[in-house]
Amino acid sequence: MPSYVNPEKCDGCKGGDRTVCMYICPNDLMILDPENMKAYNQEPDQCWECYSCVKSCPQGAISVRHYADFAPLNGTCQPMRGTTDIMWTIKFRNGVVLRFKYPIRTTPEGSADPTVGKPDPDPSLINNNQLFTEAAEGREPAKPEAVLNKVFPCTDKKMTI
Amino acid sequence: MPKIWSYNFGLPCAEPEIVEKETDILIVGGGMAACGAAVEAVRWAKPHGLRILLCDKAAMERSGAVAMGLSAINTYIGENKPDDYVRMVRCDLMGIIREDLSFDVGRHVDDTVHCFEEWGLPIWKQDPNTGKTLDGAEAKARGLTLKGGAKPVRSGRWQIMINGESYKVIVAEAAKNALASYDKAEIIERCFIVRPLLDANEKNRCAGAVGFSVRENKIFIIKANATLLSTGGAVNVFRPRSIDEGKGRTWYPVWNPGSGYAMCAMSGAKLVLMENRFVPARFKDGYGPVGAWFLLFKARATNAFDEDYVAKHKEELKKFAPYSEASVVGTCLRNHAMLIEMKEGRGPIFMHTEWALQEAEKTMDKKEFKHLIAEAWEDFLDMCITQAGLWACLNIEPEKKPSEIMPTEPYFLGSHAGCAGAWCCGPDEDWVPEEYKKPWDEIGRYNRMTTVKGLFCAGDTVGACGHKFSSGSHVEGRIAAKAMVKFCLDNKDYKPAIKETPEELKKEVYGPWYRFEQYKNATTAYEVNPNYLIPRHIQARLMKLMDEYVAGTSTYYMTNKIMLERGLELLRMLKEDMELAAARDLHELMRAWENRHRVWTAEAHLLHILFREETRYPGYYYRADFLDIDDNNWRCFTLSRWDPETKQWTLETYPYVQIIPDPLGP
Repeated sequence: MPSYVNPEKCDGCKGGDRTVCMYICPNDLMILDPENMKAYNQEPDQCWECYSCVKSCPQGAISVRHYADFAPLNGTCQPMRGTTDIMWTIKFRNGVVLRFKYPIRTTPEGSADPTVGKPDPDPSLINNNQLFTEAAEGREPAKPEAVLNKVFPCTDKKMTI
Repeated sequence: MPKIWSYNFGLPCAEPEIVEKETDILIVGGGMAACGAAVEAVRWAKPHGLRILLCDKAAMERSGAVAMGLSAINTYIGENKPDDYVRMVRCDLMGIIREDLSFDVGRHVDDTVHCFEEWGLPIWKQDPNTGKTLDGAEAKARGLTLKGGAKPVRSGRWQIMINGESYKVIVAEAAKNALASYDKAEIIERCFIVRPLLDANEKNRCAGAVGFSVRENKIFIIKANATLLSTGGAVNVFRPRSIDEGKGRTWYPVWNPGSGYAMCAMSGAKLVLMENRFVPARFKDGYGPVGAWFLLFKARATNAFDEDYVAKHKEELKKFAPYSEASVVGTCLRNHAMLIEMKEGRGPIFMHTEWALQEAEKTMDKKEFKHLIAEAWEDFLDMCITQAGLWACLNIEPEKKPSEIMPTEPYFLGSHAGCAGAWCCGPDEDWVPEEYKKPWDEIGRYNRMTTVKGLFCAGDTVGACGHKFSSGSHVEGRIAAKAMVKFCLDNKDYKPAIKETPEELKKEVYGPWYRFEQYKNATTAYEVNPNYLIPRHIQARLMKLMDEYVAGTSTYYMTNKIMLERGLELLRMLKEDMELAAARDLHELMRAWENRHRVWTAEAHLLHILFREETRYPGYYYRADFLDIDDNNWRCFTLSRWDPETKQWTLETYPYVQIIPDPLGP
């Protein structure tokens, strides 16, 4: 509602350092009830249905019941996100079921090298307009093919309020 | 049982610990621009031992506008020229952009897309033998890379298709790895920066920023030499079309409250073109993307009677020449044609997905068609899962039935098809006209620096430089970061001094909680209390008045001088009441500050619309008292500045300089 937690599956991430849904929610919505050791969405009308919590819940305890304002009940999208692919199961209100699988990344998790293998840039290049990758490859950023630099006349108006 | 003072508390507020920090470079935000800034800043800062601190309101892995993912990268120059990219941006934004800033994005952006690919983002390619589409994983398996010359799959002249579910995860990973690789860099997640701090000794100088943790009771007072506002756009400033749960289903991310615009304004930085807003025409209610449907699947949109509304109103659109005569009709003008149909009772507007797919089926075998259907669903599943869910709820199979599209409530952004934001310096190069350099003569010509010394912007916060999208925002963060390193080196001896004492800042930042504690027992129900408003109330009043007076959906985006003046009066009272916000827990404290940012953004927008006496963006908003585009007087920038000393706003016109020669569009 929009995202909701199945109490039978949620284990509150076993009281570990990190409640995964609470950690990941971009809008600070998911929160743990430490007494019951279950999470819930504390402000459903601010949920974007981004599925970050759904995708990352280790127990598969989170789903989405789409917005009551405009979505008739019983249509669902449920993902299974792995390290290289995501599988989606779409269930229609009328019972039609669709399944899709898409790639999500082509490198091992954690491996993104921010230097993209480039050596440290020469510090003296700080004054020019090359980004570090361009500096490493000696690529000169483009300049416009032709420059008009025409100043358009306009009304000279000022307002203080 | 009934119970007085009932409320389901989130993480509790308590007397906060004051944490003071000092850094050289402060990056505010964690989205695409901030990630770009982190990657670039580390490389140039390291040799000089400059410190870097990044504060993200959420968790970087899934924060910002790309948190859910994307199905395309909308800015990849490839076989095009950056000059033509500038023409496209200029034409779509009705002839007024900072062409130096856009050109700067265009000439660097492919480099950043190549980084994404290397980090693991799957990018679709054309099979070099058959010309057919390969998804990003298949392409990688065959060793096809953009950098190696492989052809991407274009959904439009500037857009390339990706398998982008993990787009942000991958880009954030590189940024985090960059910061982790450097012992003088630090990330604080769940730290919401609420305003910049001005220097106590030097006028018009940013000295850092203040914020708080939404997880533990801490406020962060951060002294910095250079501060980057790489926060997002602004959402839920206007009453949305869905007002219950559905108000979370904003088109742009619901967690973007205009923090960057507000923080620029609060510190006295100039804003530009804040009258610009974006009203995307999207699939109704779910707000799923239409770009791939129009461009990749070649779908057509019509009114209820199968008429092509853009073709139908060709004569009407001629009024807006030359903007309507360019090779691609501006986005706002297409909205304008749609709105005529809706107003005259020929809605709903349909996207004919079924015609497009049935047409495609004729040229495909069964397997190919199945693949095409999967691609169509992926477009939603990568970036707007709700729309896929809504189709499932409504039993819509796109190959069988059309779907409604509709213009949404207005949004503010500087990176998508809009150009509201800060007035920033561009590259200091010989082809850039004096008009775009002069404003920075006194404080220094540093790329992407605002008119406040030491305060930089990137991504959605940079004005007059739209159509950057995700890749352009990332590269703009990189551009800004390099300039910030240079700025720090040039200002090595600067010692930030903050005007307010830590105790004063604590009282200000935690003000809404102190207010709650002080007054909570004045009634038996927390929500109704004569001494305060809770954040939800402030937001509701803001959305209502912006909708009714400042050209929201309920007036078909129409306003006039008198309506705006009345709206301003109400907004000013809301701004006073906003000082009386109360927060019951950390989550509400975050909302209280977000709403301050929304109200500031709204004020700037209202004043800019009031100031510009023409209708520059028909289809996004109309000044009923000045319905035409007036190029003779108003093809210019509008700048605004709130003076932190006098607390007054001043608006002025500023000449537009055309750098890239005609034609207007590419």
